Amino acid sequence: MGFFDILALVIPATIFLAAPLIFTALGGLFSERSGVVNIGLEGLMVIGAFTGILTTLYLEGFGFGVWSPWLSLIAAVVIGALFSLLHAVASITLKADQIVSGVALNFLAVGLSVFLVRNIFGKGQTDYVAHRISRENIPVLQDIPIIGPLFFERVYYTSFIAIAAAFIVWYVVFYTPFGLRLRSVGEHPMAADTMGIKVNRMRYIGVMLSGAFAGMGGAVFALTTAGNFAGNTIVGQGFMALAALIFGKWHPLGAFGAAIFFGLAQSLSITGQSIPLLANVPQVYLLIAPYVLTILALAGFVGKAEAPKAIGKPYEKGSR
Amino acid sequence: MIHKWLTGKATNILIPIIAVFLGILVGAIIMLFIGQNPFTGYAALINGAFGDIYYFGEMLRMMTPLILAGLAVAFAFRTGLFNIGVEGQLIVGWLASVWVGVAVEAPMFIHLPLSIAAGAIAGALWGFIPGFLKARFYVHEVIVTIMMNYVALYTANHLIRTYLLVPGERTERISTTASLASPFLQSLTDFSRLHYGFFLAIFACVVLWFVLWKTTLGYELRAVGYNKHASHYAGMNVNTNIILAMVISGGFAGVAGAMEGLGTYGYMSILSGFTGTGFDGIAVALLGANTSIGVFLAAALFGALKIGAPNMQSAAGIPPELVDIVIALIIFFVASSYLIRLVINRLQKEGK
Repeated sequence: MGFFDILALVIPATIFLAAPLIFTALGGLFSERSGVVNIGLEGLMVIGAFTGILTTLYLEGFGFGVWSPWLSLIAAVVIGALFSLLHAVASITLKADQIVSGVALNFLAVGLSVFLVRNIFGKGQTDYVAHRISRENIPVLQDIPIIGPLFFERVYYTSFIAIAAAFIVWYVVFYTPFGLRLRSVGEHPMAADTMGIKVNRMRYIGVMLSGAFAGMGGAVFALTTAGNFAGNTIVGQGFMALAALIFGKWHPLGAFGAAIFFGLAQSLSITGQSIPLLANVPQVYLLIAPYVLTILALAGFVGKAEAPKAIGKPYEKGSR
Repeated sequence: MIHKWLTGKATNILIPIIAVFLGILVGAIIMLFIGQNPFTGYAALINGAFGDIYYFGEMLRMMTPLILAGLAVAFAFRTGLFNIGVEGQLIVGWLASVWVGVAVEAPMFIHLPLSIAAGAIAGALWGFIPGFLKARFYVHEVIVTIMMNYVALYTANHLIRTYLLVPGERTERISTTASLASPFLQSLTDFSRLHYGFFLAIFACVVLWFVLWKTTLGYELRAVGYNKHASHYAGMNVNTNIILAMVISGGFAGVAGAMEGLGTYGYMSILSGFTGTGFDGIAVALLGANTSIGVFLAAALFGALKIGAPNMQSAAGIPPELVDIVIALIIFFVASSYLIRLVINRLQKEGK
């Protein structure tokens, strides 16, 4: 097997496995940059996947055909944002422990979605959707030698949206007034309050954006890879996205790079058996790599990852 | 955050009760929403957990790892640490206990304690890593423990697949000298899988209470949980206490895993996902307000809910996942006790 064949095997798989992670990690970035820990990303992805599949099935029934999955992505974004309100209300308004609230969100997402699936379909998983988000050849670009077949043949548009989103979020968070306010309530809420920024409102926006992005991430995974929804459709992708966010040091492009890297580790753990050099490496090393690397990054062995200063603390006016 | 939950005794008892009530109430509303009768639903649930001595035995069996996982979370909580890694510590404890149970040959009075200890040590080791990283590098234990869960899951599966595999995607059965299975308890409960581990879990409740409230170590651990800086000023070694708390917490979690390995199953399967028991332990500890008795009662409630759930499906046509929703809501309500406290305080003021 030649070098190019290996690349042709690994690169497309990496990009398409990374897309849901990119979306979700960017979502987590909004929440955590505003000072609210979001362990609930996993649950938000579950809700996104559930909404994506269910809406697609219904829209197909109404005759929307190939447009159904695309419209469902919008539905998943909206429902994801609404569902994240639970976390926002509990952890911002009711000053609940943000980690506990996130844990509860994960429980609730799986329980509620599987409960509804069982109630609607009478079994533990949904039917398969007829129209997934399809793989397309990008015109013109696919004709570029070498790069074309690797990056632009049989690809998902959602992967490119994910990559674009990373750069847009980077711009928004670091070069707009909104981004500055978001970061300021996460670093020093009292100073932000003094400057007239509504701390809790910014945090609500941060958490709801995380719900929207994670909902998108879950739906993209369900509508490209899974094709149906069950309790085990989303198993750990949300936590891996959280890891990508931390490994990327709470920076949009860092999170993007980390998500691509974790996507690579995942794709190697799947395709590794057919790659000569990796065939003898036990799969387990690739499976645990993202998590071990994140721990090492936190401990400062791979560049220090520092969280926003005010993360995890509810804001009380007048407290110091 | 945590110490707020420890003030006001009456409110402390009231909040979990109100949270459970609200959780069950919202569960009832959800049943109404899908066109079912909540009374039929909950009757089926109660019947499923207590209607038959077999299911009662299964409920006690279910409680065993829940108690230990809850104690693990509670113990760390008392020192101001959030151990989300109970799941992973449970998995490595399960594997280690089964490994010793399979590989070692010894008379029961050595073999059984040795196997349980292996589970405890493995769990403790898995808890040591986040504790050490917290103490030495100030890394938040929540993220590390989450990551350690996945490392535990994949590593355990890899070790089983490489060294211990027998047909059926699992390890060999442990030798009888390492087994907690009890023909006596089984015959009492119409051959449920109830085992002696249940008494060990009760004993662990006592141990937690004793260590936390009757020893210098416990005093220091709680002091660090209340106020790190004051403890440091008083001459306590904060870092050592953080590591110790995580090690002991992990030890409890490892024993929870040993209960599954030596008691319920007698082997370990390749896990396709998390067992969920470790995460349920978080709910148990929160609802139990991090006390021994509270953890026991909360484990009883969740054990009953989980064992009774399948009967909701068969007897009332209600998906058993309703129970998961109710548990999640209970955690939400306990966590949002700010609201409940506010209402209670308001009522008390009006009463005066």
